Amino acid sequence: MSSHGIRDKVAIVGMGCTQFGEHWDRSVDDMLTDAAHDAYASAGVTQDDIDAFWLGTMGSGVSGLTLSKPLQLDYKPVTRLENMCATGSEAFRNAAYAVASGAYDMVMAIGVEKLKDSGYSGLTGARPPSDGTDSTITAPATFSLLAPAYAHKYGLDEDTMKEVLTRIAWKNHRNGSLNPRAQFRKEVAKETIAGSPLIAGPLGIFDCSGVSDGSAAAVLVRAEDAHKYCDNPLYIKALSFASGPATGALDSTYDYTTFREVVASATEAYKQAGITDPRSQIAMAEVHDCFTPTELVLMEDLGFAERGLGWKEAMAGTFDLDGDLPVNPDGGLKSFGHPIGASGLRMLFECWLQLRGQAPPERQIPSVTEQGKTLGLTHNLGGQPGAAVSFVSVVGSELG
Amino acid sequence: MAERGIIGYGTYVPYWRLDRSRITAAMGAGGGRGHRAVASYDEDTTTLGVEAARNCLRGGSGDASVDRVIFSTSNPAYLDKTNATAIHAALNLPSSVTALDLNGAPRSIEAALGLALNAPGDNLMVLSDIRTGRPTSGDEASGGDGAAAFLIGDGSSSPIIAHELGSATEVAEFLDRYRQPGDDFSRVWEERFGEQAYLPLAQRAVERALAAAELTIDDIDGVSVTGMHARAARGVSRLAGDKLVNDLTAQIGNAGGAQTGLVVASILDDAEPNQNYLIIRLADGATATVMHTTDAIADYEPFRTVGSQIEGGNDALDYNQYLTWRGFLDREPPRRPDPERPGAPPAFRSEDWKYALIGSRDRSSGAIHMPPMRVSMEGGAVDDMEPVRMADIPATIATFTVDRLAFSLSPPMVAVVIDYDGGGRFQAEMTDVDPDEVRIGDRVEMTFRRLYTAEGIHNYFWKARPAAA
Repeated sequence: MSSHGIRDKVAIVGMGCTQFGEHWDRSVDDMLTDAAHDAYASAGVTQDDIDAFWLGTMGSGVSGLTLSKPLQLDYKPVTRLENMCATGSEAFRNAAYAVASGAYDMVMAIGVEKLKDSGYSGLTGARPPSDGTDSTITAPATFSLLAPAYAHKYGLDEDTMKEVLTRIAWKNHRNGSLNPRAQFRKEVAKETIAGSPLIAGPLGIFDCSGVSDGSAAAVLVRAEDAHKYCDNPLYIKALSFASGPATGALDSTYDYTTFREVVASATEAYKQAGITDPRSQIAMAEVHDCFTPTELVLMEDLGFAERGLGWKEAMAGTFDLDGDLPVNPDGGLKSFGHPIGASGLRMLFECWLQLRGQAPPERQIPSVTEQGKTLGLTHNLGGQPGAAVSFVSVVGSELG
Repeated sequence: MAERGIIGYGTYVPYWRLDRSRITAAMGAGGGRGHRAVASYDEDTTTLGVEAARNCLRGGSGDASVDRVIFSTSNPAYLDKTNATAIHAALNLPSSVTALDLNGAPRSIEAALGLALNAPGDNLMVLSDIRTGRPTSGDEASGGDGAAAFLIGDGSSSPIIAHELGSATEVAEFLDRYRQPGDDFSRVWEERFGEQAYLPLAQRAVERALAAAELTIDDIDGVSVTGMHARAARGVSRLAGDKLVNDLTAQIGNAGGAQTGLVVASILDDAEPNQNYLIIRLADGATATVMHTTDAIADYEPFRTVGSQIEGGNDALDYNQYLTWRGFLDREPPRRPDPERPGAPPAFRSEDWKYALIGSRDRSSGAIHMPPMRVSMEGGAVDDMEPVRMADIPATIATFTVDRLAFSLSPPMVAVVIDYDGGGRFQAEMTDVDPDEVRIGDRVEMTFRRLYTAEGIHNYFWKARPAAA
């Protein structure tokens, strides 16, 4: 029994992504229609060419009808799935496997979420009936557990920790300011970030990802067919997924400075893609910066920084747009926004632009254009520290 | 009645105090001097009772058994549904131990005491109350919240530390204090009337009790007078002369149906062997009991004295917060969904976990699972677990957060990840704490609380609180 991966077997030949934000004037149906048709156009295909669909949404609809009705699909298979905040990536992963298996020639992975219609702050969602003993703290609170634990373990005082988190938010807002599709398109001063109203622990409102509406989609074909549709496709190098035993809150050896699920999924993805030194081999990474301490910990879990040194690298600009390894060049969840089901595909959309040299010049990363690196990584996380699901993909602009 | 008596006791005074001058400052009326104890936003008479009962069972030798749980309060969390069963569950008692409510009037404690004294076995009598009053009223300022528990038996399991020498009751029908079901506050008749009604009843009860004990007032070492009618209690107190013991109202207020229990416990905290105390209660009549302490009281160590709990209180509570906690100020909620009611079947399935905080321990690896699991997180053994009760085990904070977004009856919500001494980890909500004072490495203990109430269902579970000094 072994995981084999599907390296270079499946390619992305078209993508679409709506602007993310507070779309009071657009419905789930509108956003799905926009993202799907943008992706068809990008691939130069029509809806009739798509053989099957994978729709990711956490709570904006149930069943394949959520997609087949607005798109008026002609009795095609639609799989609707959910895997918390990694939902969009999960749609992509399963769609890719369907192509790799030979079951279909061309498929679409599409994600959507409409969060702003709820009227609530932050994320909400129905839970099954319970005994009432489950934790009811909010998402920012669960991720804020990382901050004091990290600071305590590595000897950072509260002010230094806050500076590190602030710089991560500042960097992602800066990147987002260069992205017309982002929810927040303004640079934000560090003082504003650091002084924003507290939400949970040391996290202010600017340490949290944008609650957002949006949709993104990809058209996938077998790698050998890719050039029928696209001169410069992206090839899937690795797809990994880890669903943890959720023992962080049970196991005293877990210290809240890592996501074991991320380490496991990254290790698996690097093995599939043949990556031995992610820091030097990868051109860019889109990671799940749902809250600023998450991005800090991810830099270490993904092998971009040594344990305990991620904060120094973040402060030194290693992960800036012009740094050694740009992270979230599109602004990330922080400023691009986080419509749950769409986010994993939005991350791939940035790889689609950057690795093919199609990002706007002001945010095109030099690691691709000047250093000639060809690999991008997306990382998508669901759950909370100690009880998470984690997805990692590696995509590349060249075969082999 | 010397063959049965008190073999153990424990009390619970909630952490928070309202300085009565804050009422006056806010309202320009009401209030007064001193403090009243205040049940926190996550406490009700059932949870106060659980804490007192836990303290009772942890007093003395700490290995008491219980044959019957008898719960009495004037402010029950549920009607129709028995509240004592939740206390029974929180104490992890077997289903063969019965659990009974005697609720309604503060006088119901006499029924609880009668049953505890007369039914065979070791009976756990739990008296609990939360007293309210209209803003600026005398009831608001003079009331208090708290609970007391007594283990009463024949001395065969643990020695009797105090017992009755004689007791007498006088009853009359008159309007002193009354409340319609569902009302938030009591009403009281003009207090001068009540004083005149109570005085002769109390005098006769005292005379008869002393006669039954074959003692005179000169043989009495201390007299306590308790009851919701402050003026009548003051009048009756004149019988005591310099033998009057502190009724605790200045420190924690009058906890209604629990006041007598708290005062008797404070007497036992300091009593010496072979003393006689006259315990007078005024509630729709008067009952007087002569209580005699035995030699065994010299060796009895209460788990936490009333005095130490009074000492450990925090009077930083604002009046507006107090009103909010009692539901008398309807504040703007956060823009979050209302909490979901717990489901009866899942709560029933996990009774040991939800009410008794019982996890599971893998017999092979020793790993403790909270909540209990069938498959071990260490080694993966299936169905090789033993139950392990975590409620009384202290723990240390591993990490924490202050959640300013979550729904809470008293935001912000403080959440902590805690590691128990001897193994086991849990992510708990924290209570009775200043959010700015939480630190990694702080010591905590578990406390039984009401997380919230949704659709008429009280959601009981355990929280962490700072370890008592």
